[in-house]
Amino acid sequence: MAVLDSKIPEGAIEDKWENHKFSVKLVNPNNKRRFEIIVIGTGLAGASAAASLSELGYRVKVFTFHDSPRRAHSIAAQGGINAAKNYTNDGDSVHRLFYDTVKGGDYRSREANVHRLAEVSVNIIDQAAAQGVPFAREYGGMLDNRSFGGAQVSRTFYARGQTGQQLLLGAYQALAKQVAVGNVELHTRTELLDVVLKDGRACGVVTRDLVSGEVSSHSSHAVVLATGGYGNVYYLSTNAMACNVTAAWRAHRKGAYFANACYTQIHPTCIPASDEFQSKLTLMSESLRNDGRIWVPDAFDEERPPDQIPESDRDYYLERKYPAFGNLVPRDVASRNSKTVVDQGKGVGPIKNGVYLDFGAVIERDGEDVVRSKYGNLFDMYERITGENPYKVPMRIYPATHYTMGGTWVDYNLMTTIPGCYAIGEANFSDHGANRLGASALMQGLADGYFVLPYTIGDDLAGRLGEAPVPTDDPVFVEAEAAVTSQVDRFMSIGGTRSVDWFHRELGKIVWDYIGMERTKEGLEKALAEIPALEEEFWKDLCLPGSAATLNSGLEKAGRVADFFELAKLMARDALDREESCGGHFRAEHQTEEGEAKRDDENFAHVAAWEWNGPGSVQTRHQEELTFENVALTQRSYK
Amino acid sequence: MSRELNLTLQIWRQEGPHDDGHFETYAATGISEDMSFLEMLDIVNEGLIQDGNVPIEFDHDCREGICGTCSLMINGQAHGQEKATTTCQLHMRKFNDGDTIVVEPFRARAFPVVRDLVVDRSAFDRIIEAGGYISVNTGAASDANLTPVPKEASDTSFDAAACIGCGACVAACPNSAAQLFTSAKLAHLNLIPQGQPQRFERTESMVETMESFFGSCTNHGECHEACPKEISLDFIAFMNRDYVKAKVKNRKLAGQT
Repeated sequence: MAVLDSKIPEGAIEDKWENHKFSVKLVNPNNKRRFEIIVIGTGLAGASAAASLSELGYRVKVFTFHDSPRRAHSIAAQGGINAAKNYTNDGDSVHRLFYDTVKGGDYRSREANVHRLAEVSVNIIDQAAAQGVPFAREYGGMLDNRSFGGAQVSRTFYARGQTGQQLLLGAYQALAKQVAVGNVELHTRTELLDVVLKDGRACGVVTRDLVSGEVSSHSSHAVVLATGGYGNVYYLSTNAMACNVTAAWRAHRKGAYFANACYTQIHPTCIPASDEFQSKLTLMSESLRNDGRIWVPDAFDEERPPDQIPESDRDYYLERKYPAFGNLVPRDVASRNSKTVVDQGKGVGPIKNGVYLDFGAVIERDGEDVVRSKYGNLFDMYERITGENPYKVPMRIYPATHYTMGGTWVDYNLMTTIPGCYAIGEANFSDHGANRLGASALMQGLADGYFVLPYTIGDDLAGRLGEAPVPTDDPVFVEAEAAVTSQVDRFMSIGGTRSVDWFHRELGKIVWDYIGMERTKEGLEKALAEIPALEEEFWKDLCLPGSAATLNSGLEKAGRVADFFELAKLMARDALDREESCGGHFRAEHQTEEGEAKRDDENFAHVAAWEWNGPGSVQTRHQEELTFENVALTQRSYK
Repeated sequence: MSRELNLTLQIWRQEGPHDDGHFETYAATGISEDMSFLEMLDIVNEGLIQDGNVPIEFDHDCREGICGTCSLMINGQAHGQEKATTTCQLHMRKFNDGDTIVVEPFRARAFPVVRDLVVDRSAFDRIIEAGGYISVNTGAASDANLTPVPKEASDTSFDAAACIGCGACVAACPNSAAQLFTSAKLAHLNLIPQGQPQRFERTESMVETMESFFGSCTNHGECHEACPKEISLDFIAFMNRDYVKAKVKNRKLAGQT
């Protein structure tokens, strides 16, 4: 077993980051221009890292498959960004944010990383405000805060319901400034298809130009993966259509360990799919649960419209089972209960795949105008998508995949197990444990990009002064390009009968059914039998018309779905081996008498990091033990 | 049960930027009214693939109206006929059974067709690179509350910053002008205290970069009508005013009074 050295610095939790910043090796400002860094992805993490590294003087090449860096899916985050500013004077502190995040993660994250995240959270707000991000403000001109799930203080900064958009524009503009200066080379509509290693170190990447189909090599001293999460393995999720695991997965195949693949987050309030051809699910803000009441009909064969079902024939199941928290139980509890009633056959809507979220009571109590002022834009969005007026008819909601806590294993410097290769933002695994709290994703992406990687990357680079990047005609690049080209050729020559989307949908169903909200040993073993069978079919029966030398979105998707097949198998194995329930990973065999997640801290307070052993072989599971010196482990209860 | 529609589509097909394009006619049958416009196109593509034909390329990503990737002229209107709605949020219940729908790419000289309905909007990035930012290096910022921003300025700045950069304004404009996009990006920063140090340098540079790619504004107002985020025309007036001021101020700064 390889030694997983997380490189957590010595010292008290609040001194670790300070000590580390002092002890990391520095690259002299005049020498930074002698290093080239490749950044893959331009979401919050990638754009902020590329801009910050370039400002320091490093020469940066940045790649995105979008037509512009500003399109990355960070843009869709609604709620807000946490920071321990304590502007509201309600007793917040770095330590409290740290504590809430470790607890919210169900005690499966690294204390040292989370504390650093809480420390730099305050700098993010300063940076973003200086960039002109239009955060909500009070009449005196000061920044406004609101509260969010999993916290008892108001520490969430927000920009209407578009916080992700505005923060991404800030990072994108910072990046544009560096492109204009000439210190960032920007490649749009270009996808990473391989990470290249020489003598065990990352030395560059192979990419494909999505417009011309040209496969080319780019060399550098370091490669940074900022490519987001893998929620699209479920096919239906709140992710954008093109979100994928390919960069992280190709790095995994080259030696980067992949950690905690089974930790995925399901968001309870999404609009249910209307039919088989639904392409994605849309999130409705969780805040709706403050005033909406969740229910299903008592009867299995209920055919009446909701307004004709009397109170006596309704089951407000969350209020019934959890009298203290009611409709405001945490995300995972709300989601699992929806699944239970829908699986029982009590689902509502044309294809019986949702539950009601009813605003009738609050409209009667406070009036339609009050409800409109609070949730007007959400109600409009709901009506645009479903054609139903939620002021008159209860909303229908159902859980959907939203975020993935698992990802590429990184050490305290955010370096993967491939020296010289880093993973930041949702692409890595480190800060959220088994469950992410609301308004923490934006915080982590920007923390990594603005304030962590720019310091830690120097530690490795400093010792390599004078090393030229490996030339792109080196055999390692020639071989990697040949492998990429041969995979493209293989896709184009299958000549089968089914589209990529068909395979993706079928894979998604298996992953959702067996590695979704609730997992069992039996189901996971089934998944491990069904996924390879479908995968084999994919490689035999894929139909891909068109050419590889033009824009061909089918070809792009084929590569991504091929990687999702391999990832799905790892998710099942990881979930099977983790014989406990924690956060987003719920094993039906491991629950308390009340049906809550039951952790096994004795045997599973560790990170599972998987090492690739070649196609067709099962990965090797390595463990990084987690120690909790500052937060006591407790069991959650919401009764 | 939801309504089903049978439609005739006339869709622009074009191999690449230097090829001639043409309309092709397709039948879209049994389309559920609950589908989005892009899901309807997904189904048409699924049918094309089944028959071994090359599917239609179109740009899209988030499908929730915020990333600005999707485009399309639908029956001659950018993002279709529904107000304040991107193509991905346009649903088929807005159409009638038996309709013929004409689908084209956003058309402008500055937005060359990449393939079929996909266009290259990178000229927008060039405008941002010309000054659509506040120069504050990472780490240089002081505490956020040291710079109070009047709520009114912040809110108006947000109204401008809501622009998703989709390019509907350019596609809708008879002159292919980009005044609405540029003014939104410029006003977002010029309206708030943080944006003042570079205000006039930014204005001159962004406006002149815009003019090197796009046509001129003749006050039609079609851009605002087409804008899925309903960006106000007032920002164009604001930009014009700042541009005049910038020309004067920047000359003074250069010692040319």
